[in-house]
Amino acid sequence: MNRIDRRFAALKQAERVALVPYVTAGHPLPESTVPVLHAAVRAGADLLEIGMPFSDVMADGPVIQNAHERALAQGTGLDQVLDMVRAFRQDDPETPIILMGYANPIERRGAERFAGQAAEAGVDGLLIVDCPADEADQLQACLKDRGIHQIFLVAPTTTENRLKHASRLAGGFVYYVSIKGVTGAASLDVDSLAPVIARVREKIDLPVAVGFGIREPAQAAAVSATADAVVIGSALVERLDRCETSDEAITVVADFLAPVRQAMDNSAFVVSEKIVRPA
Amino acid sequence: MVEQAFKLKQEQALPDAGGHFGIFGGRFVSETLMPALEELDEAWRHYLQDKDFLAELDRDLAHFVGRPSPLYLAENLTRQVGGARIVLKREDLNHTGAHKINNTVGQGLLARAMGKRRVIAETGAGQHGVASATIAARLGMECVVYMGAEDVRRQAINVYRMKLLGAEVVAVESGSRTLKDALNEAMRDWVTNVDDTFYILGTVAGPHPYPAMVRDFNAVVGREARAQMLTEYGRLPDALVACVGGGSNAIGLFYPFIDDVAVDMVGVEAAGRGLSGEAHAASLCAGRVGVLHGSRTYLLDDDSGQIRHTHSISAGLDYPGVGPEHAWLKDQGRARYVGVSDTEALEAFHALTRSEGIMPALESAHAIAYGMKLAAELPRDRVVLVNLSGRGDKDINTVADLEGMKF
Repeated sequence: MNRIDRRFAALKQAERVALVPYVTAGHPLPESTVPVLHAAVRAGADLLEIGMPFSDVMADGPVIQNAHERALAQGTGLDQVLDMVRAFRQDDPETPIILMGYANPIERRGAERFAGQAAEAGVDGLLIVDCPADEADQLQACLKDRGIHQIFLVAPTTTENRLKHASRLAGGFVYYVSIKGVTGAASLDVDSLAPVIARVREKIDLPVAVGFGIREPAQAAAVSATADAVVIGSALVERLDRCETSDEAITVVADFLAPVRQAMDNSAFVVSEKIVRPA
Repeated sequence: MVEQAFKLKQEQALPDAGGHFGIFGGRFVSETLMPALEELDEAWRHYLQDKDFLAELDRDLAHFVGRPSPLYLAENLTRQVGGARIVLKREDLNHTGAHKINNTVGQGLLARAMGKRRVIAETGAGQHGVASATIAARLGMECVVYMGAEDVRRQAINVYRMKLLGAEVVAVESGSRTLKDALNEAMRDWVTNVDDTFYILGTVAGPHPYPAMVRDFNAVVGREARAQMLTEYGRLPDALVACVGGGSNAIGLFYPFIDDVAVDMVGVEAAGRGLSGEAHAASLCAGRVGVLHGSRTYLLDDDSGQIRHTHSISAGLDYPGVGPEHAWLKDQGRARYVGVSDTEALEAFHALTRSEGIMPALESAHAIAYGMKLAAELPRDRVVLVNLSGRGDKDINTVADLEGMKF
């Protein structure tokens, strides 16, 4: 069983909403990534999303774009990303890892070869931002053979037909993009979430993660009321960008994620009470 | 005439419904952009059948752009080269000075028909930015143009021109600070403001429907050229030559000739300082298949799949990808692609200026250079048709700089 499925099953049992931090591999320093990932898990992360640096991150905002540029300038490519996953796995065999990136580096390596290397390194899910379900068949076949889930984005504007198409290929969870725009562009309107998430759940029988535009504990807590997982990227990457050493980065991750975790847990408690005593 | 031609080509079924030309093209974009692309695709298909829309497009092309552009027999250059006759398609005589306006007039009218009040565009040399700002001024729309900071520096006059037309020019500081980064930034704007914003993409690259739509709006070049050749010369040309950055002027010329298999079609890429090094922008001659800016195509990247910085003397060809239909034409063997270096392009710039009194854009000078080479190899009764896609006024500073002139 894929670690992502195992993890979501366990979270459901525990009535806990997943916290999923995103960091760009090799940012702010090549040597900071693995300790930062461990620190994130200690601070309450349930799954980890790792950005694979790319030169042209069309769907990301300035914060993550800058992180990719810095990581590339310091020599973090696909091989280094896979090395980091391998190193992380030596001390943490269970926390699911999702690699997030763009199509061309995978295309250059060859989808089949990449899938093999990623599975061997301990990767559980792959989200290729510029590979929507329409173009995903070939990659899907390679990943399936290796037991890696392909994660898809779903937007507020995604049509019924597209949802159906994605549901045939999607594994692990669905990543619901909560705002119109690029990563980190604006703040999320929490009130609008519930009906659209309900619509997604009708079509796709997978946990729903919400991301893009979640910046602070209160928002994460509010999202926890409807989503199965909360993804935090730009707000964390922005703070990491100011770190000059790995130790600083570790402290920043812990200080940032711990209150988010706490707020989510409190909110989840309220939600479960609501379920027990419906109005 | 436009209407008829569109109908004809629609029956030929490329690209497919998902925008594929064989393995090339498609829609490699974030899910957040898909609905916008679907809306655009639907509108484009609808208005291509709409008589009123097509009539207005024809009117604008005639009275605002100044079409048809003439074919010009370059007798002096032909004599100098001593081979086949060199005939120029004079897109440099269009309003705003290049073929780019054919596309922006079309997309501008489409934007208005779709009820958008704001248009955005990316630009390299500034020609597409100027053409977009021009149509926005005419249609009374807000216009934002994204331009790499490096290009803003190189093309100061075009930046000022856009501002005079009422557009806001945003200098993009990320990446290589050139065209590809401007395109990234325009996409980001579009995905954020999709409700009221129309993205006027300037070339036949990007996700479907752009490669097909921009081709259709530029195909007026090839339709005219084909009819003019038959009327004025009583025959088709033996070869078509056009420069290729993203490839919009080339596909515009080639497309109506695709079924005329005896006509040799040659796309000329920027070989910069030479194809053996990295300082060029020749994705078809020296690149490989990958995914960039929403489509699968030939591109220039390193071994880990990062998009490379490119180089060309001409900002308009300085792009690491190319339109997917060119990739397909190359693999089909229907068109061939060659490289022309900075030096050769500069020589051709001077040759045409001095022999004919026509100053070509540095982009178009690449096509002139290869057209001269090809004509020299062919007998005198043959005709080489070169697309003179733009005029060279914008490049005077670049040329002067290269030759050590200071104003």
